[in-house]
Amino acid sequence: MSVTVHNVSKRFEAFPALKDVSLEVQTGELLALLGPSGSGKTTLLRVIAGLEIPDAGQVTFAGEDVTEKSAYERRAGFVFQSYALFQHMTVFENIAFGLRVLPKKKRPDAAAIAKRVGELLGLIQLEGYEKRLPAQLSGGQRQRVALARALAIEPRVLLLDEPFGALDARVRKDLRRWLREFHDRTHLTSLFVTHDQDEAFELADRVVIFNEGRIQQIGLPAELRHHPTNDFVRAFLEV
Amino acid sequence: MKRATTDPWLARYAFIGILVVFVVIFLLFPVSVVLYEALKGGLGFYFSALTATHSLTAIRLTLLVAVAVVPLNTLFGVCAAWAITHFRFCGKALLISLIEIPLWVSPVIGGLVFALIFGQKGWLGPWLDAHHIQILFAYPGIVLATAFVTFPFVARGLIPLMQAQGSAEEEAALTLGANGWQLFWRVTFPKIKWGILYGMILCNARAMGEFGAVSVVAGSVDDRITMPLQIEQYYLDFSLPDAFALASLLLLLSVVTLVIKIGLEWRHLAPNYVRPH
Repeated sequence: MSVTVHNVSKRFEAFPALKDVSLEVQTGELLALLGPSGSGKTTLLRVIAGLEIPDAGQVTFAGEDVTEKSAYERRAGFVFQSYALFQHMTVFENIAFGLRVLPKKKRPDAAAIAKRVGELLGLIQLEGYEKRLPAQLSGGQRQRVALARALAIEPRVLLLDEPFGALDARVRKDLRRWLREFHDRTHLTSLFVTHDQDEAFELADRVVIFNEGRIQQIGLPAELRHHPTNDFVRAFLEV
Repeated sequence: MKRATTDPWLARYAFIGILVVFVVIFLLFPVSVVLYEALKGGLGFYFSALTATHSLTAIRLTLLVAVAVVPLNTLFGVCAAWAITHFRFCGKALLISLIEIPLWVSPVIGGLVFALIFGQKGWLGPWLDAHHIQILFAYPGIVLATAFVTFPFVARGLIPLMQAQGSAEEEAALTLGANGWQLFWRVTFPKIKWGILYGMILCNARAMGEFGAVSVVAGSVDDRITMPLQIEQYYLDFSLPDAFALASLLLLLSVVTLVIKIGLEWRHLAPNYVRPH
């Protein structure tokens, strides 16, 4: 599914987080939002998910205007920086959450939920962990549970906020490779936020460079490296 | 090894000694006097004092007031804490301070405000009189005054708890398709239920023990006064054994409150506390 953002602006009190941002994410694309902290990239992700309401502009999912729709109607798969797992629920219940809150008519029965959660546990290689609580998992395991939880609702778009930020280097590499393989298999339209350019360039099809609430440049990793369009991009990428 | 912050033993024992003396004189001694005086006449007398008509009606009214006030302020406290932790709006800091007004204002003033509003010469008094609705010197007035005094108890405990927890889990629930109702009951409530109970226990203890605010709005008629007022009444009538018997009940309430409070704090504060299954 394609996602578009038209002329979106958002301020927090006096601070302009996004200034007239427009972006088109193509179906099946894996896109990185790269920039220094405070550049507005996380705010854009939250606007797309419906967690922030833009002051101006429009967001569409597959051509449908979703600007006025709340987060729970948009059902974009969102993986939070701090994972935001439900601390009082087991791994199983965390992953099953999105299915359990479906309206009665659409809600799968207990057996179907168990089957779906089982598949996802297989996907994230955490079979046998269903009864654990988040507090009993390592950082990498929590990250994967957060991913499985977001995928359980079969989202049309996957949004990841600094997905590898809090992990140590080794786990980060493994998870990065895993995510790329997962994307190659499913072609689920995905956006992830990062401040790490290696991560952005290694993982993404296209990279969006952000600074001070504006998009500085969008392009393939090679284009950005070889043809930076302004001084910020040149300095930021140190080319 | 002697550290710079280590006081000489004499000073240390002096401070601890003063503390112990204060606790004994101001806490333990009065409490034991109440228990001693209440039970002096024997258990038979004690129970007959508690089951006297005046005592029973006061106990009944106090329970009825608590039953109305505690749920009311719990509902308010949860709503207030939710609004303050989940929404951005201006004047939030002021609102948090306003919620605490009943803690700094003398309870008598709380009572007087309601007397001013609902009294015969008050703003709504004539209208209420004309419609034969009695608020002052009756159950509704006592409930209002008690609700005023206990207004902050649930909210004040929940606001820091919910602020510390943040909204991340709630946001996650939203993106997973949970509506507001599901979000509260499945995600927020399990995290704050012990905090709610904690606030309710404190609110209840204060509601049952409140004297000042209630003394302004309660009637002088016998069946319109609560336990603390009845204790005063017994005292003024020189029925000291009855006063102490009833007082011992309030004391028992405090002890139960304290035990539950410590239990909850221990559960909350225990590091890496994991809910047993």
